[in-house]
Amino acid sequence: MSEKKIMLEARNVDVFYGEFQAIKNIDMKIKENSVTAFIGPSGCGKSTFLRVLNRMNDYVEGFALRGEIEINGEKIYRKSVKVEELRKEVGMVFQKPNPFPKSIYDNVAFGLKIQGITDKAFIEERVINSLKQVALWDEVKDQLKKSALALSGGQQQRLCIARTLAVEPSVILMDEPTSALDPISTSKIEELLHELKKKYTIVIVTHNMQQAARVSDDTAFFYMGELIEFDKTDKIFTNPSMEKTENYITGRFG
Amino acid sequence: MKVKEMIIEKLLFLCASISVLITVGIILVLLLDTFEFFQEVSFVDFITDKKWTPMFKDKHFGIGSLLAGTFLTTVIAVGVAIPIGLSIAIYLNEFAPKGFRKRIKPALELLAAVPTIVYGFFALTVVTPFLKQFIDIDSFNALSAGLVMGIMIIPYISSISEDALYAVPKSLREAAYGMGTTRLQTAFKVTIPAASSGIIVSIILAISRAIGETMIVAIAAGQKPTLTLDPTETIATITSFIVQVTTGDVEHGSIEYKSLFAAGITLFLFTFMLNNISYFIKKKYQEKYD
Ligand SMILES: Nc1ncnc2c1ncn2[C@@H]1O[C@H](COP(=O)(O)OP(=O)(O)OP(=O)(O)O)[C@@H](O)[C@H]1O
Ligand SMILES: [Mg+2]
Repeated sequence: MSEKKIMLEARNVDVFYGEFQAIKNIDMKIKENSVTAFIGPSGCGKSTFLRVLNRMNDYVEGFALRGEIEINGEKIYRKSVKVEELRKEVGMVFQKPNPFPKSIYDNVAFGLKIQGITDKAFIEERVINSLKQVALWDEVKDQLKKSALALSGGQQQRLCIARTLAVEPSVILMDEPTSALDPISTSKIEELLHELKKKYTIVIVTHNMQQAARVSDDTAFFYMGELIEFDKTDKIFTNPSMEKTENYITGRFG
Repeated sequence: MKVKEMIIEKLLFLCASISVLITVGIILVLLLDTFEFFQEVSFVDFITDKKWTPMFKDKHFGIGSLLAGTFLTTVIAVGVAIPIGLSIAIYLNEFAPKGFRKRIKPALELLAAVPTIVYGFFALTVVTPFLKQFIDIDSFNALSAGLVMGIMIIPYISSISEDALYAVPKSLREAAYGMGTTRLQTAFKVTIPAASSGIIVSIILAISRAIGETMIVAIAAGQKPTLTLDPTETIATITSFIVQVTTGDVEHGSIEYKSLFAAGITLFLFTFMLNNISYFIKKKYQEKYD
């Protein structure tokens, strides 16, 4: 691989939900300032693996993990790691836009306030910057006090991204962030990803092959809990090494 | 088939109308005797007189003394039930394992199913003697009645609040966790505000229940209307006064008899108001979620 720094590394990761093994011995290295797409048929473990990266599954009953995950040089499943700190470092955007029933401003300021930051000028600057980064600023600058729930779905999702950006994480995890959105909102968010990867490392789960091809540098193909192939996106979509990958991207199953 | 449905529909309508009619009837009866009451006692006296002594020679009809008793026991009860009930709700919702939550909720609800006479007895024979070891307190007093009543209404708050917290979409909770909130922060910054209307409704319901509670106060708080806010004193509430009079022999149509209705309608006004507030909040809350 190139000289880019490794931001995230998984070694021999197994994940269990009770007896059921959802992830089977996965190794993966993700580079800094890249977009990595996770693809694969429904139920293959994309979300599971994504949520393992910021320990969102910690409270799921029966969840267990074996192996090691290192982000920014830190082994994130060590006892000494505080999950709350980790999640500030590794932000998450969900499938369905889920703004808090608060004002637009308060949504973006939420993460900073949680960290105990009280400097109003600082918070305001971050809020404005984050909204600008997701190209939402012009649309909402006159109604920052309005409820976030009054925004359209696409706007809400960009707000959720802004909310994540406001705490300046290193990694942003996105689980099918556009699957509930219309095509125009979707392409807005795709454009956004190109901008965001200059500052952030992005991992995105998607069911949309074209989207994966358009937005990502690397693509990981999952099948039944295994990582079948992980390579440059161009390579995966034009000349995959594995037959299963080829079958999937050409739409022969899944 | 058509006819059968029509008959069922009519029957259901009849049932619904009957319950409405009964309510209206009760209000009318209350109003009628209250009206007669105010023919003999001035409304100003009713509000401003410091004493309530309908059964004495020297009759006074100042509802304030009864209201003070009701207020005192209710405030004590709610003061106990809100912190405990909400803590339980938050614990069950945010921290407790799923299985535990399922088992503990019905158990908690049993608290509300204990006959209130048992609570009253408990307050009189256990709580008051216990308190007497520490403070100078009347044998009948507002404090033990209020405390025990507080325990009784805990499930109203814990159960309904927990339902409200439970109804907060999982996606909101995940959004908060994703931002790096701790469990407590998630509860206080996200789930509780999102469930606030349900929580307020639960509190209002508990207050309503406390205001209307009769047995506990009649047994443990005494029957001496006193215009006081000192919880160690013997008092009477609106409800305990009503019990006292209706279980004694009061002549039908006498002023003592009519004072019952004036007291009753005052009680009714308060619970009616609380019901309406909670109905209003509930309606607003439903609009927010769909
Ligand atoms: N909380 C859970 N408890 C038990 N099993 C689970 C849980 N979450 C997921 N699974 C199982 O783990 C497997 C992987 O699920 P996961 O959600 O990661 O799939 P996915 O690739 O994201 O699917 P989709 O594309 O439909 O979102 C599935 O078989 C699923 O049933
Ligand atoms: Mg998924």
